[in-house]
Amino acid sequence: MIYTPQDFKSNQEVKWCPGCGDHAILASVQRAMPEICEKLNYTKERFVFVSGIGCSSRFPYYMNTYGFHGIHGRASAIATGVKVANPNLTVWQVTGDGDALAIGGNHFIHAIRRNIDINIILFNNQIYGLTKGQYSPTSKLGMQTKTSPYGTVEHPFNPGALVLGARGTFFARSIDVELKLTQDVMVKSAQHDGTAVVEMLVNCVIYNDRTHSDVSDKDVRADRTIILEHGKPMIYGKNRDKGLILDGNKIKSVVIGENGISESDLLVHDAQEENPGIHSMLIDMAYPQLPVALGVIRAVKDKTYDDNVRDQVIDAREHSQIHCMDELLRSGATWEVK
Amino acid sequence: MQHKVIDTKEVVIRFTGDSGDGMQLTGTLFADASALYGNDISTFPDFPAEIRAPQGTVSGVSGFQVNIGSSEIRTPGDFCDVLVAMNPAALRANAKWAKPTATIILDADTFDEKGIKKAGFKTDDPIAELKIEDRHIIFCPITSLTKESLKDSGLDAKAILRCKNIFTLGICYYMFNRPLETTEEYINNKFYKKPVVAEANIKVLKDGYNYAGNIHAIPNTYRINPAKLEKGLYRNINGNQATAWGLLAASEKSGIPLFCGSYPITPATSILEELALRKDLNCKTLQCEDEISGICTSIGAAYAGNLAVTTTSGPGLSLKSEALGLAMITELPLVIVDVQRGGPSTGIPTKTEQTDLNQALYGRNGECPIAVIAAHSPSHCFDAAFYSAKYAVEHMMPVMLLTEGFLANGSEPWRIPSMRDYPEIKAPVITESEETPFWPFKRDADRLARRWALPGTPGLEHRVGGLEKNNDGSVSSDPHVHERMVAERAAKVAKLADFIPDQKIIGDENGDVLIVGWGGTYGHLYTAVKQLQEEGKKVSLAHFDYIFPLPKNTEEIFTNFKKIIVCELNSGQFANYLRTLHQKFHYHQCNKVQGQPFIVKDILDAVNSIL
Repeated sequence: MIYTPQDFKSNQEVKWCPGCGDHAILASVQRAMPEICEKLNYTKERFVFVSGIGCSSRFPYYMNTYGFHGIHGRASAIATGVKVANPNLTVWQVTGDGDALAIGGNHFIHAIRRNIDINIILFNNQIYGLTKGQYSPTSKLGMQTKTSPYGTVEHPFNPGALVLGARGTFFARSIDVELKLTQDVMVKSAQHDGTAVVEMLVNCVIYNDRTHSDVSDKDVRADRTIILEHGKPMIYGKNRDKGLILDGNKIKSVVIGENGISESDLLVHDAQEENPGIHSMLIDMAYPQLPVALGVIRAVKDKTYDDNVRDQVIDAREHSQIHCMDELLRSGATWEVK
Repeated sequence: MQHKVIDTKEVVIRFTGDSGDGMQLTGTLFADASALYGNDISTFPDFPAEIRAPQGTVSGVSGFQVNIGSSEIRTPGDFCDVLVAMNPAALRANAKWAKPTATIILDADTFDEKGIKKAGFKTDDPIAELKIEDRHIIFCPITSLTKESLKDSGLDAKAILRCKNIFTLGICYYMFNRPLETTEEYINNKFYKKPVVAEANIKVLKDGYNYAGNIHAIPNTYRINPAKLEKGLYRNINGNQATAWGLLAASEKSGIPLFCGSYPITPATSILEELALRKDLNCKTLQCEDEISGICTSIGAAYAGNLAVTTTSGPGLSLKSEALGLAMITELPLVIVDVQRGGPSTGIPTKTEQTDLNQALYGRNGECPIAVIAAHSPSHCFDAAFYSAKYAVEHMMPVMLLTEGFLANGSEPWRIPSMRDYPEIKAPVITESEETPFWPFKRDADRLARRWALPGTPGLEHRVGGLEKNNDGSVSSDPHVHERMVAERAAKVAKLADFIPDQKIIGDENGDVLIVGWGGTYGHLYTAVKQLQEEGKKVSLAHFDYIFPLPKNTEEIFTNFKKIIVCELNSGQFANYLRTLHQKFHYHQCNKVQGQPFIVKDILDAVNSIL
């Protein structure tokens, strides 16, 4: 079946604010869908979009697929139930930094720990938008909001670090304005078996405008971000003249051609390495010291929860003495009254 | 002393000891042996929340009461004929349950100065202090006899001490003329990898049995003939196992795989454990990270087309409240099992109560009616779970099943049903619809139920969720749409009354007093009403399984009695509920909130006081 992005647009009016980064992500996902269907031989009715509460969680209404708009924080749990009940479905969770990392933090890390085969798109705008501007678990330290008029005194989460902490198998990052890259990481996350988390750096034009602009503005983006590709050396910059090396046990930015550095000295990205050490350093990279890592940072193979459950069911049904209720009811100690 | 064999219809035995003494196992083995022998039985495990509370203290005492009879047994018995106490603390905590005529068997070795003091006695004579000198008290040196019996067994000292409960069981088997075979079989099966342990346990069982026969301290032994039960194949079943199996039965009848997302919580946990065994019946269980995930994974599974259930107890139900609203507004089939325990908050987790009724009926935000069904005996949990699932699926709505710790852990013989005798469950699953795009909240005329369009079905793509929607599935905050959808969902639940059976009465259809009950108090209320009827009193019982909606003939039944008394293990939650729905009647109350079941006398006194 050949699809176009139009096939994935629902008849519902999109109600995000004009200029909100969510529009661009919706467009990227709708563009990724036909490619995913083609590459994985999926049909549209197999897609289920599940969400929690927040601006981003309205997403399922705008996709012409099966969709479940849940309650605050619980999307990972609902998505887990959908996937375990019917592993043939391709399940996508759309969530935000408040939804996934504050009220839903527990479900988020446990879904990842189980490696349930769902795709989680985490919209990180570092603010509570739908409740009109309170700080979130990813808000920068010191940020002034309605609930932190003197500035926050809380350290923010780095979502990727949580993914690694939960022994996650897939983590990617993109920016709302990077439409092509977003489309590409969505396809790669769909191809991954297991919990695939994509962190989207997204702008909230009303309550946290330009929160990512240090790295997302068009004129500086190439110099302040690096798009990682598996098997390729870590090069970035407008002129493709910068790179990353391992200096002792830290990552360092270098200029190719300076101080005797050549391309062969650079780190080569290995997304499939099970040891999370380098992935952790890449996830932590932040402006202004280092470029922010984009693309697929980690993608390691492991058996999924739903596969393991399905295998146990198949095995139990093959080997058990109990095949139906009447047999179960009569199993064990029984006696006859005559 | 002249040894007598007394034929008796009914005997109540209470095994008590430290929570590490194996009293639950002792009681269960005794109950199983009696059931297999053909007696009717009813059991009541009564244990503390701590796994191993400080040894020898009252807080660590664990008990197991079993009532065995040659005729119909409906309760575990109020007071016991035989009390076994493995230490002074067990005696102190349980002496009040011994009948004036009771025999009390004590482990003499534990009644030393230290043990007596630890149990909190003020004098060195516990018997006098408890004023139980007139009971028949047998001091057996159970610990030392067990040590002697097993000194050549090859077991170490600690392992030998663990066998003293089996020695005690042997004594009881002698007293009650129980066959040893079923227990020997159990021991051999349990320890088939450790023949030394199996051999030691069987030896100590027989030694206990023979000891009791030799000492002449036991005045009488009892013979309780097999009960005249209805013909058929029987098994012993407890409430949680029956609940799990009822859900599995509904899965088989509907052809829909069972999914259970749950979080361990006393006393509901063993439902999840039982279901986890049943991957062979295509049941998937997910032990979740918390209670909320338990219900939310189940909601997800229901959306994807499974027969979904989540099991919990009171505090867990509180945590699930918001998600209950989600299940209700998305109109998905879901069974929520609440095995009630003593609350509020953590309360008394291992004790029984009926205090979650208000929470089950009302504990949600917004207008959120949810059907409530209650189980009334351990084996009835099977039917209650089956029908909860049937109505959830056929009416496309969450159904709350209330059971209680008393039912969950209690067991009784159960005539094994045939699945042939259970009705079909027809899920309203569709593969196509007349309208495009599909309207998820279009209803049928009979049940007002929506149709179940499963993800994966081409052409029926749709969105559901917690936001208010119109019948076509579009999000709406239109005041009139909201009011209409609220009314439609409520009407759907109310409509269930057309499908549930009429309320039955035990006794005449009119009279002086109608006893009204619900849930796990059935056995006690039934026993009480039978006794009152035998005394010639015009008393009947209406025991409700269907709580919300109530059976349609409820008011008609109430009209025919001069007085109504509502008996329940809370402060009057069902009585107040009836007051709101059927206001023209006056409701007397009989309540108990002690974490303990009624005793029959509670009911007799309450009814006699208004007769």
